[in-house]
Amino acid sequence: MKTVKQNVVKMAALLALTSSAFLATAADKVIHEDDFATLRGTAITSEPTPPPLKNEVDHKGTFGRAFPTQAPVVPHKVRKYQVNLKVNQCLSCHDRSRIKESKAPMVSVTHYMTRENHFLAQVSPRRYFCTQCHVAQDEAKPLVPNVFIDVDKLLEAAEAKKSAEH
Amino acid sequence: MMDKLKQVWRVLAKPSVHYSLGFLTIGGFLAGIIFWGGFNTALEATNTEEFCISCHEMEANVYEELQGTIHFSNRSGVRATCPDCHVPHEWTNKIARKMQASKEVWGKIFGTINTREKFEAKRRELAEHEWARLKANDSLECRNCHNFDYMDFTRQAPRAAEAHSTSLASGEKTCIDCHKGIAHHLPNMTGVKGY
Repeated sequence: MKTVKQNVVKMAALLALTSSAFLATAADKVIHEDDFATLRGTAITSEPTPPPLKNEVDHKGTFGRAFPTQAPVVPHKVRKYQVNLKVNQCLSCHDRSRIKESKAPMVSVTHYMTRENHFLAQVSPRRYFCTQCHVAQDEAKPLVPNVFIDVDKLLEAAEAKKSAEH
Repeated sequence: MMDKLKQVWRVLAKPSVHYSLGFLTIGGFLAGIIFWGGFNTALEATNTEEFCISCHEMEANVYEELQGTIHFSNRSGVRATCPDCHVPHEWTNKIARKMQASKEVWGKIFGTINTREKFEAKRRELAEHEWARLKANDSLECRNCHNFDYMDFTRQAPRAAEAHSTSLASGEKTCIDCHKGIAHHLPNMTGVKGY
């Protein structure tokens, strides 16, 4: 009697183990193949190895701007720059007081203005943290295709269409 | 007092009664080796990174900051340890710096910077000491590795090449004048020229 009972317990345990293993692999598979569910690329149950840090593009001249109010992107490395309450290493070249020596472009005059458009002697605290808007560039493959069209191109196209009609 | 000194002098000036000349010379020679060897070993032991970061003041603050910089981790795996930059390599200057460092022992005993807050409050002062030291010795510790004569300006960014070929070449400026906080975080830089 005792052995039968033991066997039943053993069987149940074995069944539970195999079924749970099967369920786990099935769950992994579903998440892994469902590319729309996640940009992670791996199952939610696993920790993916992060990609290596990219080297930022260094001193490649200046980048253009896609629209007039775009914050210009940074054409050099800024990863190690200290920007906090104590010091702003960006401003050690780009501040008004430094540009003569550094020959770097000065931060826009708007950065010396308060919300009420009053000028200050130094960069306004609300504009102090440069990398909130200005970012270094990287040779990265875009995650989604960029369909942005420059406004000049749009105007040109409209002009061409108009002249074609006449 | 004077009598005592005279007594000591008489003992030193008199020939030895009990010990042979051979014992005294060879014994003195061996004792010299042991003393000098021991002294230098102890000196070198205090001149290692393990020794520096055996105090939490160094390990939790400056060593932590060093780890993110190019002087700790880089492509080729060559790195600078604490004494490479903070202790002169040449013997005389090293001893001079070691004597100054007795102040640091004082600081350790009395807990001058034993919390993060105390360290941050003192950071500007401590940084200024190092800037002054490197300014005075023409950035000697930088130059132990970075040799001006072998710099290729054409491989430098235009702005760096410009600065190095003028101000640095003429000796008007030295490394630390521009390269502050390269291995540690900068303190509050209010009023420092160039920041």
